[in-house]
Amino acid sequence: MNTIVTSASLPDLAVAPPAPKTPPAEIAAPTPAPASASSALARPRAGPLEPSVRSKWFAGVVVIGYTIISLIPLLWIVMTSLRTPQDSIAYPPKVLAEPSLIGYVNLFTTRSRVGADELAALPPPATWYEKLVREQQMILAGPSRFQDRYLNSLLIGFGSTLLSIVLGTLAAYAFSRFRVPGKDDWLFFILSTRMMPPIAVAIPVYLMFRHLGLNDTHIGLILLYTVVNLSLSVWLLKGFMDEIPREYEEAAMVDGYTRFQAFVKVVLPQAATGIATTAIFCLIFAWNEYAFALLLTSGTAQTSPPFIPTIIGEGGLDWPAMAAGTTLFLLPVLLFTILLRKHLLRGITFGAIRK
Amino acid sequence: MNAALSRHQGHQGLSDRTLAWLFVAPTIVLLLAFNIFPLLWTIYLSFTNYRANRPSADVINVGIDNYRRVLNDEAIWENMRATAHFLTWSITLQLLLGFGLALLLNRKFRSHSFWSTAILLPMMLAPAVVGTFWKYFFEPQYGIFNYIVNFFGGPGVFTMLGSTALSPWAIVLVDTWMWTPYVMLLLLAGLRSIPPYLYEAAEIDRASAWTTFWRVTLPMVMPFIVLALLFRTIENFKMFDLVDQLTNGGPGSVTELASIKLKREAFEKWRTGYSSALAIILFVSIYGLSLVTVRFLERVKQR
Repeated sequence: MNTIVTSASLPDLAVAPPAPKTPPAEIAAPTPAPASASSALARPRAGPLEPSVRSKWFAGVVVIGYTIISLIPLLWIVMTSLRTPQDSIAYPPKVLAEPSLIGYVNLFTTRSRVGADELAALPPPATWYEKLVREQQMILAGPSRFQDRYLNSLLIGFGSTLLSIVLGTLAAYAFSRFRVPGKDDWLFFILSTRMMPPIAVAIPVYLMFRHLGLNDTHIGLILLYTVVNLSLSVWLLKGFMDEIPREYEEAAMVDGYTRFQAFVKVVLPQAATGIATTAIFCLIFAWNEYAFALLLTSGTAQTSPPFIPTIIGEGGLDWPAMAAGTTLFLLPVLLFTILLRKHLLRGITFGAIRK
Repeated sequence: MNAALSRHQGHQGLSDRTLAWLFVAPTIVLLLAFNIFPLLWTIYLSFTNYRANRPSADVINVGIDNYRRVLNDEAIWENMRATAHFLTWSITLQLLLGFGLALLLNRKFRSHSFWSTAILLPMMLAPAVVGTFWKYFFEPQYGIFNYIVNFFGGPGVFTMLGSTALSPWAIVLVDTWMWTPYVMLLLLAGLRSIPPYLYEAAEIDRASAWTTFWRVTLPMVMPFIVLALLFRTIENFKMFDLVDQLTNGGPGSVTELASIKLKREAFEKWRTGYSSALAIILFVSIYGLSLVTVRFLERVKQR
């Protein structure tokens, strides 16, 4: 802390002056800092421990500075997606290059190069993207595989999320409400499955899938991601269910509901926010997962993360097209992060810390 | 409550006991099929000379030979040293930066809630895709990272990922960029959990800011620091996707972390038996760590 805070702002930060009964002379200041101390005192404070305006300014400048610097790489990816391949490898890097959609066009299409006279003989381009392709002395050859990979990501992401939420909700309810023998051990076992290194699991799963014919299938990855996400969904949902008072279900059961009806009609609606939060976390995991996708899929069921790095153009990596793919791939996660912001902490600590 | 409930059991729907098992069973069955069964299989394979690319070859029981070979392999210890370097530095930097940022964000300056969300973005992204793009930033000829370094210092053309001296730091740098927000978020929660009366008491005692930090803030945040440390250690021990894309273990094997080594042995050299032994050794190490983590989670929860 003291590495960050200047000595002048120290008294303001930690031991906030002001409960009105404290005389000004009693400010605990290790170093005399009369200017800041007195100016801080003169100002009315919101609460007894409210930091001074000066220290807030300092904190704001440092945090905002750090955030902006740390977001430059993201901004740079988006900007790269709007450059031409030539501009993307210019040195010094061009900050303000003329925007071009060629990266997105290249991402979604395959093209082939043709000779100048052959190009001249063609009828004029029918669409704006065909025009962009022609300008590079190429013609459209067909769609790329990016769409398929993106759809695979969506299908596998949503499929596995749905499954792990359904199973996780049931298990979480049981762990939250019933006396399950060996409950703590089961819960520990469930969490510990998350701790296994994916590559270590991938060896036998690869062999298992080979026997069952599940390698490179959607259902194989959906099942695998469901299992990996179960630990998170059980732990998070149990936390959310623990917060729902039992009295609601008990009242419903006194009114003649069975336990199952009470679960469906009383508990599930109460847990809706928790279920939605958990679902987004599961979705983000499945969306971002790379190791299993790399080792267990190669074509049909391949998702975006192992695919995006392999996008190549003529004479090397096509950075604008890769950046375009990355932008489209990261966009949903950015939106979800904003949606989740109040529950992020809970998600990343498996429900141990709640805000 | 129990009296009221038991009256309704038996004659209305399924009993709680049956329902409990029905609800838990699918989860347990799936976990057994996809975690425990594979684990047992790996243990079995680790005692054989099986090679997954030659499924029809004879499988011979080789006893603990694989384990002996893994532990006597100088290359494995090199990988472990690379892993230790990565773990130590990335986690130290993340804790220092994360704690600093948490202390600053806790001052609740204007617009702090907007920035406390914006700052989190890097940790939500796919590490593999992030790794790919950092490769672009690190390009010696046209990378923006090299341009910025040269703007301030000017070492000329240098290659972060091609140099044996720099590339271990490249993965530390990217991991720190990505996961500092995670540590910050955890520690911010820790700071916000400190009851204000402790600071009021420190003030009445005329404790200096320095003393207050050491006697109040730090001890109260300590459980959260330990939690962040454990979570990050486990995650970085398993670290695969970011490094696979960024350096793929290279140059040579200076950034070949344990998990990268495991992939090479298992899926490139197809030494399934040998890599199973390595997998079990890694798993046991991480399992020990996670045991500590879970006990710790329970303690934090009870606070």
